Amino acid sequence: MNAILILIPLFPLLGFLILGLGFRAIPKKWASVIGPGTVLLSFILSLVVFFNFHDFAASPTRFFFPWLHVGPLDIPFSFLIDPLSILMLLIVTGVGFIIHVYSIGYMKDDPGFNRFFAYMNLFVFSMLLLVLGANYPIMFIGWEGVGLCSYLLIGFWFRNHEYNNAAKKAFIMNRIGDLGFLLGMFLIFNIFNSLSFDHVFAQAKSISFGNPSIVAITLLLFVGAVGKSAQIPLYTWLPDAMAGPTPVSALIHAATMVTAGVYMVARSNILYVLSPATMAIMGMTGLATALFAASIAIFQNDIKKILAYSTISQLGYMFVGLSVGAFTGAMFHLTTHAFFKALLFLCAGSVIHALGGEQDIRSMGGLRKTMPKTFWTFLIATLTIAGIPPLSGFFSKDEVLVKAFEFGHLLWLLLAIGTLMTAFYMFRMLYLVFFRDFRGSDEQKHHLHEAPSVMRIPLVILALLAAFGGLINIPALLGGNEGLSKFLAPVFADSFSIMEHETPVSNGTGWLLMSVTFVGVVAMAVWAYFRYAKGKHGLEPDDTSRSFPVRMVSNKYYIDELYDYLFVKPVLRISRFLHEIVELRFIDRIVNGVGNLVVWTGSTVRFIQTGNVGFYMFIMILGIILILFLNILI
Amino acid sequence: MLTVILILFPLVFLLILLSIRQEKIVRQFALAASLIEFGVAVAAFIQFKTSCHCNLLFTADWLATLGVSLKFGMDGISLLMVMLTTFLIPVIILASFSHAYPKPRAFYGLVLLMEMALVGVFTAFDGLMFYIFWELALIPAYFICAVWGGNDRIRITFKFFLYTFVGSLFMLVALIYLYFRTPLPHSFDLHWLYAATLTPGEQSWIFVAFFLAFAIKIPIFPFHTWQPDTYAAAPATGSMLLAGMMLKMGIYGMIRWMVPVCHNAVQEYAPYVIALAVTGIIYASVIAIRQGDMKRLVAYSSIAHVGLIAAGVFSLTAIAMQGAIIQMISHGINIVGLFMVIDIIEKRTGTRTISELGGIAHKAPRLAIMFMIILLGSIALPLTNGFIGEFLLLLGLFEYSAVFAAIAGLTIIFSAVYMLWMYQRTMYGPPNVITENIPDLTWPEMAAFIPLVVMIFWIGLFPGLFLDVALPDVMQTLNFIR
Repeated sequence: MNAILILIPLFPLLGFLILGLGFRAIPKKWASVIGPGTVLLSFILSLVVFFNFHDFAASPTRFFFPWLHVGPLDIPFSFLIDPLSILMLLIVTGVGFIIHVYSIGYMKDDPGFNRFFAYMNLFVFSMLLLVLGANYPIMFIGWEGVGLCSYLLIGFWFRNHEYNNAAKKAFIMNRIGDLGFLLGMFLIFNIFNSLSFDHVFAQAKSISFGNPSIVAITLLLFVGAVGKSAQIPLYTWLPDAMAGPTPVSALIHAATMVTAGVYMVARSNILYVLSPATMAIMGMTGLATALFAASIAIFQNDIKKILAYSTISQLGYMFVGLSVGAFTGAMFHLTTHAFFKALLFLCAGSVIHALGGEQDIRSMGGLRKTMPKTFWTFLIATLTIAGIPPLSGFFSKDEVLVKAFEFGHLLWLLLAIGTLMTAFYMFRMLYLVFFRDFRGSDEQKHHLHEAPSVMRIPLVILALLAAFGGLINIPALLGGNEGLSKFLAPVFADSFSIMEHETPVSNGTGWLLMSVTFVGVVAMAVWAYFRYAKGKHGLEPDDTSRSFPVRMVSNKYYIDELYDYLFVKPVLRISRFLHEIVELRFIDRIVNGVGNLVVWTGSTVRFIQTGNVGFYMFIMILGIILILFLNILI
Repeated sequence: MLTVILILFPLVFLLILLSIRQEKIVRQFALAASLIEFGVAVAAFIQFKTSCHCNLLFTADWLATLGVSLKFGMDGISLLMVMLTTFLIPVIILASFSHAYPKPRAFYGLVLLMEMALVGVFTAFDGLMFYIFWELALIPAYFICAVWGGNDRIRITFKFFLYTFVGSLFMLVALIYLYFRTPLPHSFDLHWLYAATLTPGEQSWIFVAFFLAFAIKIPIFPFHTWQPDTYAAAPATGSMLLAGMMLKMGIYGMIRWMVPVCHNAVQEYAPYVIALAVTGIIYASVIAIRQGDMKRLVAYSSIAHVGLIAAGVFSLTAIAMQGAIIQMISHGINIVGLFMVIDIIEKRTGTRTISELGGIAHKAPRLAIMFMIILLGSIALPLTNGFIGEFLLLLGLFEYSAVFAAIAGLTIIFSAVYMLWMYQRTMYGPPNVITENIPDLTWPEMAAFIPLVVMIFWIGLFPGLFLDVALPDVMQTLNFIR
């Protein structure tokens, strides 16, 4: 079984090496087999692991070789196979494979075709290390590795400096989070003398509730999650990351990498449960991000940016879920989100592809007729994210909302408002893209086409997953079997025994909550319909004299400008000050001054060496007399 | 015996090299010589790992009445430094092939002399020998920079020479003073010097003297101002020798001499040294962000990196000390790689000013890939060599003080900022007039990069091979502290 395990990440790595080393020599035809093929192999092996996962119950940690070993520090290269990692394994390889296939069509005419698949394979490899690692450092290998791939893929079209800047921004913001992750690891090692999940979590069970060290650890790790999963205040890289090719946005910046923070917190659930302060901060961060990003999404006009803010917002929901102890709910939402958000991005990609690169929804419209398959799949995805039953998003979001209600009614209310905003911006986009009349140029209109089948089939598969994915965890309230909850239960068992439990909502309340949000969502869909499909709204140019609050929101609250003013510019100014003033005018002058002093002394004293023997005798006698005098005096 | 062979071989080869008539084969000969030397070092490594831990010791009386002996040996720490030196020299020579340096006999002769001096420094088990080789290393470094360097080289290399030389004199004074504090009969032998009895006051003075010598060499903030100028003015080979190996002499000296000899003072002053080093990390990183010259940018990044190594050494934890040793190797490999990249770009385009470059990745993808890999090592991405070093250093430093570790940790953010900026502005973007016809790497150039890239991943994936070699001796060094 170990051989199968190690092969799961090795296949994509091999794909990366083949495509990367032979980069121009390999014909596109082969590359389009190797790229997706290696991920397919990993997916098949992941299924094998999934069906045999009982074999791992006894010894979930599998050792491969010693990696880093110094005295008390022992970091083996080993994997942890439990339901949580298996779930992630299936998502990463499964959704990853579908997106790889789609990319064959999407990147068909790109000269960097092979490079693209090499990076994508490297990404899958890194992501697999992230989810499989049996200790924090191995997880961190993947954690930074996906950051690198994200960097490489955002700046994939590296001729354009705007894209390169976006790539760099993503990497640096991730690195800020990574520093938190690193310091968290150091503190874990200080407290537990180990970094392996099994040792740390076993010891954690006996640690008292609210221990300050645990609070510090969880907060530091959460900083890492904030960076990777694009939460306030480190979220601004994700909208910019849309500079990458659309399949990248689907795989990395929606379905997998950005969910790594959620996975990491779920993995460390026992530590988080012990630290209510962190849970509160995480909950507030998630809630603020969910609402904040949703509000921005309403006023965006770039199809990918809307989806990016939507992703940030949905990740916020997951963190709220984690913070109220709904670990399964968060993971469930992560799963369904992977399906429907990947689908939304791929649909967007298919639209962009058909329009020759156009991303502004104000220049679209009416695509329902020319691109019916894309329209239907996009519609399914929209209904799913909006939370229309019985599509998957409804169940997963509902699970988080119900838990939130148990925790506090206000929390539920705010999340419900977020849900309504989500429905609103999604339907706004749907109507502006697919309804009304086509608003682009005649040339675009002439070129409009449905995506080729290599792109269409992935859309259909993802649409099926988005629609029926909820079946894996239908709540008991609706007579479901809660399959995912049972599957994941062992991972969260210890936490559940420690956690304070709120009284669960009664069935009647459960039905009521569900109905309220459902009615609200439908109302939003109708409102948006009259506003954007029937009405004339949504086509305003950017710079109309709108009211201040609206300008504020549509300019993304000027956060980028604020960061520039608060951090980037001062650092550059300090850099200049240190170099020009401190370094050159101060430190170096002192050094030169000391040197010059020595030279000056030398050149002055030199004149004493006259070569006149009489003078030397005089000095000598003077010296002897001086010494004698000193002898008498002392 | 192998230790002595390692010291003498470069000298023998140097003499043969000077007698070669044809200038054309001089560099081939130098390459072959350095490869043989590396082979001997590998043999020593294998012997060390498999059979004995006898330190490969060699002793012969020299000035017996003064207690000076020719005592050379290699413990795990020395061995790794010798491995690094003998590994990098052939790479550096290979990288110099595309330059037609005038007076090749003198040039490659000096490189071999440098190798000998470095091996001597890392293997001397006698105080005076250490000093002699330490100063010997400065001579070839000076001439390589002063004769084959760029603009303003005379003034800059003179400053470099004087500055580091004055620093070294403090060390000489300290060594002589120590000598008179050793048990009778006085001796410069390493273990006698370790056994010197010192009052706390004396320890402080010895500490300061050693520290000045090492801090200038490394260099630690604020003794670093000779370094960016020197790197910029030196020929590529000179920068590689200086940054790749010579500055390791300072860190090695701290571990070999300062920590054991003045252990009380080291403990007492460690917080100040760490504070200085950490200040230097941030200071140099921030300055690096705005450097327009690739070489200067790398020079400042190097100050930041070695600052972290020095901070790790003075945290006096086993983990950080091991990190320091592995990071010395990694830093040597990465900075030589970076200087190679810069050299190749400068050779092909005539400039290394970042704002004049751009779009090189279009025309020279192999160069872009090599640059990227070395850059990743330099910014400590996991699975590269830089990560192992920085992880251990920061973890050890964290054990000493969480606050220092957190501040020093900012280096992982800053290094990404300036390195990616440099990469983006030189490699990415549209090609311009200067870069649009840049040729890609030739095979000899690839041959120089490949060993570096192999080592970047080897150390990143299997650091155990190197860490295990040094561990017993690191523990022994730290025993002086307890």
